[in-house]
This record gives sequence, C-alpha cells and structure tokens, in this order.
Amino acid sequence: MSVAGECCCGNVDTREQKLTEIIEKYKNTKGALIPVLHEAQELYGYLPLKVQKKISEGLDVPLAEIYGVVTFYTQFSLNAKGKYKIQVCLGTACYVKGSSKVLDKLREKLGINVGECTEDGLFSLDACRCVGACGLAPVMMINDDVYGRLTVDDVEGIIEKYRNK
Amino acid sequence: METVNITIDGRKLQVPGNYTVLEAAKQANIAIPTLCFLKDINEIGACRMCVVEIQGARSLQAACVYPVSEGLVINTQTPAVRESRKVTLELILSNHDRKCLTCVRSNNCELQKLAEELNISDVRFEGETYRLPVDHLSPSVVRDPNKCILCRRCISMCKNIQKVGVIDTSQRGFKTIVSSAFNQSLAEVPCINCGQCITVCPVGALREKDDTDRVWEALANPELHVVVQTAPAVRVALGEEFGLPIGSRVTSQMVAALKRLGFSKVFDTDTAADLTIMEEGTELLERLKNGGKLPLITSCSPGWIKYCEHNYPEFLDNLSSCKSPHEMFGAVLKSYYAQKQGIDPDKIFVVSIMPCTAKKFEAKRPELAATGRPDVDVVLTTRELARMIREAGIDFTGLPEGHFDDPMGEATGAGVIFGATGGVMEAALRTVAEILEGKPVDNIEYTAVRGTEGIKEAVVEAGGIKIKAAVAHGTGNAKKLLERIKAGEAEYHFVEIMACPGGCVTGGGQPIQPSKVRSWVDLRKERAKAIYEEDRNMPIRKSHENPKVKMLYEEYFEKPGSHRAHELLHTHYTQRENYPEAR
Repeated sequence: MSVAGECCCGNVDTREQKLTEIIEKYKNTKGALIPVLHEAQELYGYLPLKVQKKISEGLDVPLAEIYGVVTFYTQFSLNAKGKYKIQVCLGTACYVKGSSKVLDKLREKLGINVGECTEDGLFSLDACRCVGACGLAPVMMINDDVYGRLTVDDVEGIIEKYRNK
Repeated sequence: METVNITIDGRKLQVPGNYTVLEAAKQANIAIPTLCFLKDINEIGACRMCVVEIQGARSLQAACVYPVSEGLVINTQTPAVRESRKVTLELILSNHDRKCLTCVRSNNCELQKLAEELNISDVRFEGETYRLPVDHLSPSVVRDPNKCILCRRCISMCKNIQKVGVIDTSQRGFKTIVSSAFNQSLAEVPCINCGQCITVCPVGALREKDDTDRVWEALANPELHVVVQTAPAVRVALGEEFGLPIGSRVTSQMVAALKRLGFSKVFDTDTAADLTIMEEGTELLERLKNGGKLPLITSCSPGWIKYCEHNYPEFLDNLSSCKSPHEMFGAVLKSYYAQKQGIDPDKIFVVSIMPCTAKKFEAKRPELAATGRPDVDVVLTTRELARMIREAGIDFTGLPEGHFDDPMGEATGAGVIFGATGGVMEAALRTVAEILEGKPVDNIEYTAVRGTEGIKEAVVEAGGIKIKAAVAHGTGNAKKLLERIKAGEAEYHFVEIMACPGGCVTGGGQPIQPSKVRSWVDLRKERAKAIYEEDRNMPIRKSHENPKVKMLYEEYFEKPGSHRAHELLHTHYTQRENYPEAR
C-alpha cells in the first residue's frame, strides 16, 4: 500500500492537489469538517495523520479535534483498507446468530484486529451494522460479495479463495 | 439587565434575567453540587451533578446551563434529585482509579470532596473499567487517563482559551478518552507546557512532573552547594497551600521555609528580573534608535516562547533575545557568583521555584547552558515546594522572618510586578522612560497596562518619543494580537506576552483552587493585588536603581548589552514543526 503523498509506482501523486481543492471548496462554510473528511477518505481510502494534518491547517481546526471526530464515527478509518475489504455484520439478527464468533475466527486467521489491514495489504477487517440481509444471518461481505448462513468453519475456505485469486 | 422573579426551594428571589439556575442559587446561598462546571471556561452541562427539579419540565435539568425565566420554580433537594446525583457520582466513581491515598490531589480533589458531601459510603456498581498507560514523557505535564472523569475542562482551557488545542476527546461511548491526536504523548505534540490544564483539572488526571526527589537528593549531597531562587508570583500564592486566604503575601515565611529545608542560599528571582529590564530596556532603545525589528516582544514566558516557535515563526526575530529572569540568574550564579565565592561551578546546584510548569521544559533547552552546564538544574512549581515543606514537617504559618541572601539579595518593586500581566511592560517603562527623559520620572505606576482585560494598550511619551505598547495574556489573546499586527491593523514598539491568562500569578504551577472558589473569585485579581501591594512597599521600585544590579554591571558585565552580557544573559529561538511525523 502506498502511504499518502508517496507512491511506489513512480507516477506523481495527484491526491495532495485534490485534497487542497476539497479543503478550498468547503473552507468558509460552517460545519465543513465532516464533508471534507468524507471526500478525503474517498480520495485516500482512509485518513492517515498526514491527511488529517493538512485538513487541520486548511480549516484551522485543531488536529486533536479532527482525530476526535475521526475516531468517533465508525465510517472513518485511520487505517488503510485491503484489496479485499471484509465487513462482518454485527447487527442484531447476525449477532444473535453468532456473527461475533465468525469475526473472532477472522481475527485469528488474519492476525489483525477490527479496523486493521494485513501487512500484505490483501485483507482489511471491519465490523458493520445491518447490511439488509437478515434472512441470511450471520452475514459478511467481502467487497461486493455477500456470504450468508456462515459458520466458523466456513471462514478458512473463503479466505483461501481470495488469497489464491 | 432586567430582573425576573423565581422561587428556589420555596424562597422567592429576584435575579438578573441572564442568570443560570446555578448563579441564582449561588446568590441565594443555596449550594448545588457541580463537577464539570467552571465558570466562563466550561459550561456544558455534561456531568449531570447539578441536576435540579424545574416545575413543568419533563426531566431533571442541569442547573449550570438552565436559564432563569419569570416565574420559574426550582427545587434543588428533592428525593429524585438526590438519588440522581448519587447514582451519577457512583457511576463516575465506578470507573475511576480510586488510589486516593497516594494521589497528588488527595484533600484537594473535587471528586473526593463531592463523594464526601453526597455521603457516598459505597460504590454499588462494579463493571468494566479501563486501565491505560500514563503519559509521563513531557518534562512539564503528566497525564493519567485512568483518573480522568471526562469533564472536558482541560480541553476547553487548551482549545478555547489558550488556542493551543492539543487535547480533545477521542473514541466514543464507554471508550471515550481525552487524548492528543493519534494518542501521541504531550511531549510529541505542540503542547506549550503552560499547565493551565492542570489548574482546571478537578482530579488527579493532570499534574506537573514531580521533581522534588531530585532536590531532596541534591540537598543531601554534601559535595553540592545547593541554592534556590523564587519567582515573584510564588510569594503571593504559596500561602493558599497552607490554608491562608487568597492574596496573602508570605515572602518572609517562604524564605524561612527554604532555609529550613537546607538550601545554602535563598535568592530572589526579582533581582534577575531587574537585570532583565536593564538588558531588555537597552535592547528596546537600540531597536528604536537603529531601526531594528519592531515590535520588540518580551521573552520571559517559556509557554509563550514555545507557542511562538510552533505557531508564529515569523515573529521569532521580534522576540527579545533576553533569557527569562531565572535562567539569567542561573547563568550569573554559575559564573560571577561562583568566581566571587570561590566555588567550583560544577558543584553549584541551582533550583528555581516557579509558578510555572513550562519552566521545567525551558530549563532543559540545550541553548540555556551559558557556562557549558545547564543554567538551572531543577525547576519546582509552587505546589511542589508546598509538598516539600509539608514533607519536612515545617509549621509554615508559624515560621519566623526570613530574608533573601546576599550578594544578590536585593530587588525592586519593578522586579516583583513581573508576576502579573502587564508587569514586565510596566517595569520596563519605569526604566526606559527615565533613560529617555534623562531625569527621574515621578509617576511610575502605569495603570493602563494593569488588570485582567485580555489585550491592553498604552502610549507612553518620554524624551520626545512616543512608545506604543500592548500587553496580551493567555496565548488565545496573544494569537488575536499577533493576527492584528500581521494584518497591519495595529502597530506597536513594545509588546508583552505571557502564556497564562492573568500572567504568572495564575500560572500552571500555582496552587489549585476548586471550581467552587475559582468560579466566583477572580484569582488573577486577588493575587495581582498582593503583587502590587508588595511593589508599593518596596523602598526601590525601579530596576536601574537596584544597587545589586549596579554592582553586577560594575564588577562583571560592564554595561547592558555588553559582549559578556550577551554570552550569559541572552539566547536564541528556533522554529518548531507541528506534528513532524506527518511528513
């Protein structure tokens, strides 16, 4: 994974310029922080220190306050997302059907915690609220693929499938 | 302001219409418990300790934010109110690290006091607790999140008043904590070490880095010549630690206590403040005469210096190159004094008692080592000195008179007023005006620069020159003033900035008064009053008339701004990057 501002492919990273434009667009509006964070996350995939600092300077909002907002809302992420974004539903129906055990198995299998990304950049793991497939509970999504009626034993096979893609 | 008629606990009252229920109750002498509330700083109704019953309201209301209105009927002591307050307090206590016996704030803790007042004999809730690492990497401020009750007073002080904003809440729900961005240590973020967060913390979650052990160790070392100096603001606040009224002057007992503790010599930082005025006054006159960078901005407050280095590097050349007074004194002690007394400077251990936590960081600056060793070895706050006095079992209020030691045991009223906002400016004007006039000036009280207004301005005419001066206290006000200067909206020759609101008398190292007191008594005014009293009682009130300072120039420095003075008494500043890891 490339870190904000530096890119491994040798091409110029245009994201910084785009971030400046986003900040400029909202700069003088009230409540600018959340929309700027949204668009910045769309641009980078997550909100690392470097991005938050630039927003802090651009909007004249203390970095500690921005960090507070980013860690308050689950939709914002401090960590890069993987090539395959795993989201395990912890909504009521899935939870009752044992989705937290599925989540635990994924944590063990991937060696990462919720909100983190594997070192090879392949998988990131998140818990989410209802995905609207309660009939299939417990449910997880990997990018746009939905997996339902999961058991703990299914986890390994599914992960391997993506690993070998 | 129009008044309204209200009823509290059956008593009919007339109160100003802009009052909150809490203020109205205060006027009627009815006590409502508070915890997160700190007047003018944190009025957010978050902790729910001050709930009251309002007739017609659906639920209990927070008195600290509920406005009065005509005909309002309030009950502050119903069973529902009492039960609610107790449950709230027990829930706060259930996740509090209740190591009261060994807590720095024991006996001066607002939470402990509340538990006593609300008669909490048992905490019924045993639930999840969090235990997080303590941040003790900063040389000035220690943060213990396990004692934090999330009142947010520190955040408000740091962000809204000081405009520093290095702490805020992060995470949510039960996991909510007060932290820096990305959980960095205060040592890694643009914290200015002012310690104002400590003075507003109701509990022991924020405290100064305790350096008393290093001083005890030095005092016990027969090889060392351990000397101490005390800043002007310490003497008008130390008494509060021993139960004396706010604004008591305890100079004499303080000196006597320091001698009892075993310091070889007790010096007055005020003497060095006079020296600072000679150097800084000369610097101002030179810049005025030779078209140097103006305005000249004072450099006594290390919190302000770090704020400037982080946020206003374009003003670094405006800063006076003078070291702060205690650092000057340290350099003089390890050079002139060592030579005069025939003591090896390596054996001199200099302790500074300061109203300030930022001075702990300052003393560690590598550039403040004029003789190849730190000018000052340890900085203790007023609170730490009180702790040492208690630990030694000294009966503070019963002490006989004590006097500062020679060969530098004399100071002036000008040196004393350094402790209040506007004081450095006034002290400098007393000397500069006389130099410009070429004769003694009678009116030496520059009242325009005194007082608690955030930004003060004055124009002083002397010797045909008009000096435009401005004073700001609290870095929030400093920011406002600097932005005005930057925008060309204001022009000055001389600017005094102190990092703490009120100046050193209400510095981050001063005795902590609970919200109950501090919300209704202006500490800045009461302590400053004592400072100006001390000034009026001094036989000499102008720095340039201090015989010890004259002696220093005759015997050692030759004249202000000399080569030797520059070597020992002046310093330089560097731009500091905010959050450098973001690169």
